[in-house]
Amino acid sequence: MVNPKSIEEKKIWDILETVTDPEVPVLTITDLGIVRDVIIDDDNIEIIITPTYTGCPAMDMITMQIRLAMLENGYSNVKITSVLSPAWTTDWMSEEGKRKLKEYGIAPPDKKISIPKDGVTCPQCNSTNTKLISEFGSTACKALYQCNDCKEPFDYFKCH
Amino acid sequence: MKSNLIDYTLHLADTALILSQRNSEWCGHGPILEQDIAITNISLDLLGQARNFYQYAATLTGGEATEDSLAYLRTEREFKNLLLVEQENGDWGQTILRQYLFSQFQYLMFEKLQQCSDEQLAAIASKSIKETAYHLRWSSEWVCRLGDGTKESHERMLLAIEELWRYTGEMFESAVYETIINVASLKEDWMQRVSAVFSEATLPVPENVFMQTGGKKGIHTELLGFMLTELQYVQRTYPGAEW
Repeated sequence: MVNPKSIEEKKIWDILETVTDPEVPVLTITDLGIVRDVIIDDDNIEIIITPTYTGCPAMDMITMQIRLAMLENGYSNVKITSVLSPAWTTDWMSEEGKRKLKEYGIAPPDKKISIPKDGVTCPQCNSTNTKLISEFGSTACKALYQCNDCKEPFDYFKCH
Repeated sequence: MKSNLIDYTLHLADTALILSQRNSEWCGHGPILEQDIAITNISLDLLGQARNFYQYAATLTGGEATEDSLAYLRTEREFKNLLLVEQENGDWGQTILRQYLFSQFQYLMFEKLQQCSDEQLAAIASKSIKETAYHLRWSSEWVCRLGDGTKESHERMLLAIEELWRYTGEMFESAVYETIINVASLKEDWMQRVSAVFSEATLPVPENVFMQTGGKKGIHTELLGFMLTELQYVQRTYPGAEW
């Protein structure tokens, strides 16, 4: 997360931290690194966000949820701007976010290769004796794996 | 020159949209569940690309234009997509080959586009190329699996090459509006990479094939009209409908 420059900005970041990803509800949008900046100009607030994947259908919903969360906290002059560059990367995911993902049963991105053939740590039993089932999973950001030890299939959040 | 930029952006948008639409026809019909999910994921990525390009084209066009009006209210002759992407799904082999030939091209094209002078096109390209890398790897693995698979899968891939190769030449012929990158310069690299994959797949690279062109100028095969009829049906029948 970007270091807030003022108390007012900190308040807004705290609000944004309550907005979760509709597809992976344990992650907040700040955990994911989707919020890139908050710009305050008197009463006008601009929130800069970036999509994870170009076709991610959650982005429209996330935009709406940001607007609602801001309204609930009394902010009505909010502009939400989506930027593409620099392109989102899983390097921006917080450590807290990775921990929450694993607890939720999704292996967090931890390799430098985007989709390893094997060796991803099983979020259930921690074995690294795992194999890739499919490079494409239930959402654009995940690939499907199976643990050879506990036999559980699991999602892996691709290193992107 | 602005009209060139608009036309070029629409060409990129239309190509992504039409291939997305074709791939989405597999939804619920993939050979196995994981591959059904894979091809529709690719479809979704392409739709995301198309939206980014249409949004930019709408901004450049100004006035009443929106991403929706550009996708839903233009006619067949106004669409500038490559002929390759409007070709029918055929069997799984033909779908795979179409995806591979295109992804191989798109990857090289985005490499160039992400360094181009237009900031927004460069941003869309650098965002999208990360996804194209997945499409390229997945489709090239499938080309090898089918080409070097059983006698039947090999024969079907030969038929797919015969059907689709004639539409590949167009990718490297610049349209009048295509001034931002030089697509002809990508041909040699594309050919080398395709040859390497075909060689691993034990498939021949065709020679001296007459190339069909016209898509970039709006002259399409008869297939596009049928696709647009379905794709645009709701907005044509109930203009402005929302859900």
